[in-house]
Amino acid sequence: MASKLKLITDGLVKNNPTFVLLLGMCPTLATTTSAINGLSMGLATLFVLVLSNMAISLIAPVVPDKVHIPVYIVVIATFVTLLQFIMQAYTPAMYETLGLFIPLIVVNCIVLGRAEAFANKHGVLESACDGLGVGLGFTCSLTVLGLVRELLGAGSLFGHNIIGGNDGMLLFVLAPGAFLCLGYLMVLFNKLFKK
Amino acid sequence: MEYFLIIISAIFVNNIVLSQFLGICPFLGVSNKLSTASGMSMAVCFVITLATLVTYLINQYLLVPFKIEFLQTIAFILVIAALVQMVEIVLKKVSPSLYQALGIFLPLITTNCAVLGVALNVVTKEFSFVEGGMLNLGQALVYAFATSLGYGLAMVIFAGIREHLSLSDVPKSFKGVPIAVISVAILAMAFMGFSGMVK
Repeated sequence: MASKLKLITDGLVKNNPTFVLLLGMCPTLATTTSAINGLSMGLATLFVLVLSNMAISLIAPVVPDKVHIPVYIVVIATFVTLLQFIMQAYTPAMYETLGLFIPLIVVNCIVLGRAEAFANKHGVLESACDGLGVGLGFTCSLTVLGLVRELLGAGSLFGHNIIGGNDGMLLFVLAPGAFLCLGYLMVLFNKLFKK
Repeated sequence: MEYFLIIISAIFVNNIVLSQFLGICPFLGVSNKLSTASGMSMAVCFVITLATLVTYLINQYLLVPFKIEFLQTIAFILVIAALVQMVEIVLKKVSPSLYQALGIFLPLITTNCAVLGVALNVVTKEFSFVEGGMLNLGQALVYAFATSLGYGLAMVIFAGIREHLSLSDVPKSFKGVPIAVISVAILAMAFMGFSGMVK
């Protein structure tokens, strides 16, 4: 039990996909224009990550080594399509906002990376925990980045105006602000967690 | 005129890396040296154009007539994976020197989100400056090629910056990727100067 808990917490800090492993940069930068967008993108990835990790840990023993990558990609793509249906049905507005980056979860290196590095060698439960941990790490990073960008760019948090007036620095919502915030958050992360 | 607008828009105004955030992983991963950066750009350019051609045709003549557009994601990623493999085999036979030059970049392209991103963009996005909003085959190919040129441009500029960056003395926490990401921010600001040129 303790080892499973450790798998989850590892994903948050030690194996944090955004700040340590530097994986999945495209959705990280593109969808964090506000905290809620970042959170939604993180949860969407978490969903695919847990399910694909579980499925892959089940089928890994019977998949021939030569074709394992295409097989994994098809499994991941199936879950992404499922996610697309669910989001279209229940959160159509968020589906529109995140747009292209929902189907692009297929090529998010985090998902295939965890399948290759973890799920194909471990049991279902461990793989689910690993997916959950890494997914939560990704969600946290995206939410934090979204919070910072929303605060600086629009002066609000989760859509609630807290600074007053609407004169945020637009730059932080636009493309350069994404890189700038991510860069400085990485510096902060290094300072705090790396010895 | 439309073609001209597509090209300017794809290379400068909506640069795939600096304003659409696609293909960032290889952009940060292999931009340490100018030579590897240009090799990667060449490979990406080749695959994006070819993949767009194939996926456009598949979408038009297979998915749309049968009303199964929701399979776009699965169908496109399979096509891209197969295509990359095929390009690898053909290139190995036809031009071993180019194959050598591209090296490990070719298999990596499958998971480059720029390829799938462009393929999906071409069939789903509406372009305001094109008649009717949707691209036809010719325009789609021009768009794909120009987009990949934009990718190469950003990649080569950034590799040049990074070669200088490696020589400069930066604080410990900034070393490596953080300072590179901050440099990209400045580069992206420069490219923002083009925004508004094409709607």
